[in-house]
Amino acid sequence: MDRHFSPPDYRERVRRRAAATPVVKNAARAFLVGGAICAVGQGLYIPLARLTDPRQASVWVTVILIFAAAALTGLGLFDRLARHAGAGTLLPVTGFANSVVSPALDSRSEGLVLGVGAKIFSIAGPVILYATLAGSLYGLALWVASLFA
Amino acid sequence: MSRITVFDPARRPRILAAASAVGGEEFHGPLGPLFDYHDESDRFGADTWEHAEGALSHVVLSLALKRAGMDHREPDVLFAGDLENQCVASHEGLGSFGIPYCGLYGACSTVGEGLTLASLALSAPGGARVAAVVTTSHYCAAERQFRTPLEYGSQRTPTAQWTATAGGAFLLSRDRGEVEIEAVMPGRVTDAGLRDPGNMGAAMAPAAADSLLRYLEARGEGPGDYDAIVTGDLAKDGSCWLSELLTKEGVLIRERHFDCGTLLYDYEKQDVHAGGSGCGCSAAVLAARFFPAIARGEMRRVLFLATGALMSPSSLLQGGHISGIAPVVCLRRREGDV
Repeated sequence: MDRHFSPPDYRERVRRRAAATPVVKNAARAFLVGGAICAVGQGLYIPLARLTDPRQASVWVTVILIFAAAALTGLGLFDRLARHAGAGTLLPVTGFANSVVSPALDSRSEGLVLGVGAKIFSIAGPVILYATLAGSLYGLALWVASLFA
Repeated sequence: MSRITVFDPARRPRILAAASAVGGEEFHGPLGPLFDYHDESDRFGADTWEHAEGALSHVVLSLALKRAGMDHREPDVLFAGDLENQCVASHEGLGSFGIPYCGLYGACSTVGEGLTLASLALSAPGGARVAAVVTTSHYCAAERQFRTPLEYGSQRTPTAQWTATAGGAFLLSRDRGEVEIEAVMPGRVTDAGLRDPGNMGAAMAPAAADSLLRYLEARGEGPGDYDAIVTGDLAKDGSCWLSELLTKEGVLIRERHFDCGTLLYDYEKQDVHAGGSGCGCSAAVLAARFFPAIARGEMRRVLFLATGALMSPSSLLQGGHISGIAPVVCLRRREGDV
């Protein structure tokens, strides 16, 4: 097969011709589903803000959306929606909830410590680590800046 | 042995019986009614997905033994493999048969590797008299092993493949069975430098082309000498790449090419992207679709190229590539008593 086969040429053709992800369709679905999730959040926020205060209401909305995403993950419905919604379910706080609950569910059969405990942050871990790091650096920069202000 | 083994026509290893078992998704595909056993829940009576795959391998070998009217003490050697780490499904599911066991890993090409080794074991002087080959894959166990947790919400690329929940078992004998193995040829690890785990078909196609061209050249034959050229699981995209690579070499297979990964699912109704994959995909389709066709005489000579994408998620993150491999097994209908 060393006859006409050139790996670099083949790689280039595969890269160019591999069936492309349907970007427009995916973006439209992500926009609709993501927008709907945010609209639900807003729909919850308005009455809650009246009952409590705006600060508490936004915390409650986050808690409710996280709980809903976790429950849908447990019922096996979240991934079915996400297959179509893509970034629409990934980007809001629902995606983060799913990324923690799904490995926890998945590794339940391996025990609570080495299964759930060790693997629960296998997807969300990098987000948690680097968000904490970025927050700390920002705080440090702010503190240093305040010394000269 | 040379790189290709063509058996003495009077002493060709024979396939005595084959059996297949699948999960729900595969049962609802176009080949559904052909499979011997299915479990809608994909659980096969087990508590975890890993154990379910073991149970699947146990079921499928039991079915093959039953079909052959054979006791589990009869096979002298068992070649088996799957996609899980340490090939756990094979040794956990099949260990209780008490058959001397050789664990194999050839990714989705494992059934071809198994049939190759089993026929060599049968043809060795003083070697095995009956050999068994079992390979399985399980969608849920493979997702956990190679990709993300099952309930994780993500989108796949159109070139991605769906690991089949399926298994196939074959019993090979020196002197019984209507289907003979005429020749076998192990594949070469073919690295085209591809790195996209969402496009395994493209990574396997060069291996299939390499094996097919080497095989046809060694035997002085062309695709026209076969009723069917069956590839393992190149799926939709990989099949196109194979066709293109072969056309460049002046070999046209299109009208007689079948791909197990393409046959297994219904693209219109099932959301499987490019098609099926997994050790069980080609094994179950060979056992349910092509083996009976050869045994009944509807096909006389079939070239079977199981295809495997040799992919390690760790190596890939370290900059490694996805290689392909494609062992060749030439199957033929037995003609009278030689």
